[in-house]
Amino acid sequence: MTAVTENAAPTTTTLTVAKALTAALGDAMESDKSVIMFGEDVGPLGGVFRITDGLTKRFGEERCFDTPLAEAGIMGMAVGMAMNGMRPVVEMQFDAFAYPAFEQVVSHVAKMSNRTKGQVRLPIVIRIPYAGGIGGVEHHCDSSESYYVHTPGLTVVAPATVSDAYTMLREAIELDDPVVFLEPKKLYWSKEKVDLDALRAKFDGGSSDDDASEPSIGRAVIAREGTDATLIAYGPSVPTALAAAEAAAEEGRSLQVIDIRSIVPFDDETVTNAVRKTGRAVVIAEAPGFASVASEIVARVQERCFHSLAAPVLRVTGFDIPYPAPKLEHWHLPSVDRILDAVDDLQWED
Amino acid sequence: MSNDIGEKTRAEAFMLPAERPIQLIDENGESRTAANSSGEPYAMPDDQALLAAYEKLVAGRRVNDQAGALVRQGKLAVYPSSHGQEACQVASAVVLAKQDWLFPTYRDTVAVMSRGVNPVEVLTLLRGTWHAGYNPYEFNVATQATPLATQLLHAVGVAHAAKLKGEDTVVMAMCGDGATSEGDFHEALNFAAVFHVPVVFFVQNNEYAISVPLKNQTVAPSLAHKAIGYGMPGERVDGNDLAALLSVLGHAVDRARNGGGPFLVEAHTYRMQAHTNADDSTRYRTDEEVQKWVARDPVARMQAYLSERNMLDDAAVATIAASAEDIASALRDGMNSEPEVDPEDLFRYVYSKPTPQLQEQAAMLREEIARETSGA
Ligand SMILES: Cc1ncc(C[n+]2csc(CCOP(=O)(O)OP(=O)(O)O)c2C)c(N)n1
Repeated sequence: MTAVTENAAPTTTTLTVAKALTAALGDAMESDKSVIMFGEDVGPLGGVFRITDGLTKRFGEERCFDTPLAEAGIMGMAVGMAMNGMRPVVEMQFDAFAYPAFEQVVSHVAKMSNRTKGQVRLPIVIRIPYAGGIGGVEHHCDSSESYYVHTPGLTVVAPATVSDAYTMLREAIELDDPVVFLEPKKLYWSKEKVDLDALRAKFDGGSSDDDASEPSIGRAVIAREGTDATLIAYGPSVPTALAAAEAAAEEGRSLQVIDIRSIVPFDDETVTNAVRKTGRAVVIAEAPGFASVASEIVARVQERCFHSLAAPVLRVTGFDIPYPAPKLEHWHLPSVDRILDAVDDLQWED
Repeated sequence: MSNDIGEKTRAEAFMLPAERPIQLIDENGESRTAANSSGEPYAMPDDQALLAAYEKLVAGRRVNDQAGALVRQGKLAVYPSSHGQEACQVASAVVLAKQDWLFPTYRDTVAVMSRGVNPVEVLTLLRGTWHAGYNPYEFNVATQATPLATQLLHAVGVAHAAKLKGEDTVVMAMCGDGATSEGDFHEALNFAAVFHVPVVFFVQNNEYAISVPLKNQTVAPSLAHKAIGYGMPGERVDGNDLAALLSVLGHAVDRARNGGGPFLVEAHTYRMQAHTNADDSTRYRTDEEVQKWVARDPVARMQAYLSERNMLDDAAVATIAASAEDIASALRDGMNSEPEVDPEDLFRYVYSKPTPQLQEQAAMLREEIARETSGA
């Protein structure tokens, strides 16, 4: 072990979200023997998105294994394994194939702690490759977050950056509550320079005296500072919101971007403070807008920031349609132009 | 080659249930012999074991009747009676060791209490004061499951974890005949077989799922026959014969404990009363049908057998009845006391740490209640 001095050059590496998730799983399994990973094709193949790449080789078939093809089976078995002292991480192969497991998720995973007055906790992480933008054919893309966030008892997160992918997955695994961990598919291959050792230091009894040790789950972050209006996004919409802010800057408008990242628990505090500062806000999400997370955020912001608002809070969402075919999805998904149009509609005096 | 086929046929034969449900004590209390499909006999449990189980049988019958009365008095919201099925209930608990797990359904009150849980706590769910009334870890008894067949997968998970941890744990996973039509039943059996985990699936075939008779659930020769499709042995047993149940379930548990993998047992029994107090069973079955099963009563049969063997005399019967009465009276007392419910419990256990939103909602309710109690 070499002592890390304050001036030591950070050991940054360029990592994809996918590799950060793989690292998080490997590190969690290394540090806690009760963490196990199972699902469909997650063993030798490493999952269809290769997130579990190498885990079976490294930890053996008992700790990262393929199950029969049955989502309710996977989820229900995870409940029992969690009851008996394990911390299961399960992979649903695609968002739209997770529905056979839905009964187990809503009837048992979400309710067990409440039913038993906290005597039985289920520290299960349900990893779901989620949302669109990858040209997947039908049932390979869906924006399913509303089903989960509407179910009390579930923690629901959607990281958008490489460092959040690592940190939030490790936090999710350490949490004693079940977590629906939504992995935006189109961000799997996006890259970032990160200091992996520093991210790791938060866990495994690493340093806990700095800012970084505050949990990310439950906390929204300001992804970009700005003064004129606030864009509120999560998961796959965060890069789109940032691109819109970049484009707006060229037109002389300063947009702040909030990355929600933890939908449940929801961080009203950060969102409210941010919107009060700018007085204008647009919520962006890929999912159909009707009765959606975007609707909920709009309602919460209006309730809390009414007197600071210079304009109604607007939404830019997907249409209220079943997830479209690959060649049509670009018309469905919130685009930079659509976001800028909404910003233009925020009743500017000029 | 032909040898291979011979091996296979034998393997398949051993997975198939016996031609008739296993019975060791007949309706008149006479002993019988019975063997599995490979010809291996099922042993009659010894007299002391039967006597101990008989006491639980009598207590179970008494609690079933008491719970029915509590429903009529409005002290219980609902009660699915297992009157007539008590032998299944007692046997499923008695064959387990302390470290084993029981996964019951809503109808398995007597099984849960036979495992040691106080009947007042077992009935908390049905009383409506909280969802689960006992700590599952205290007795290794899971919460009573209401969504059909879903708990069978949890049972597989507990067994799988136990196997990975090297624990000596067998899991008894219970369901009814109707539940065998659910997808989770099939996924649970398949998972248990593929992962070769120590689970005994115990189906209480009481002929009906609410109003729907067995013939509308399956056209398989028996529910036990389903086992072979998953690659595990299946057996059927007279569900009103406590001795046969102890023997067959005991064998299945021993086999699982010794690394033999999962086992499916179907008990042929009958629900003597309505599905719950809310059900009108005269709409879908005849009184003659019900009466036929009176002659097969599990309690009377066991009493006849034990009396014949000089294990029970009138005095012993009276003593056992008196201790069942004590259990019933403690249950009545427990249900008489006004249940205390704390409104803040609504928010307390949803997450290990309440979200800011739940904290706000709890504060709101607190204020509401304060206003109400101050009469404002
Ligand atoms: C998934 C699901 N569907 C429907 C019900 C409503 N329901 C409660 S009990 C029952 C019948 C169950 O019959 P069976 O499995 O034979 O068990 P029994 O009640 O006879 O013990 C039904 C349909 C339920 N509890 N769960």
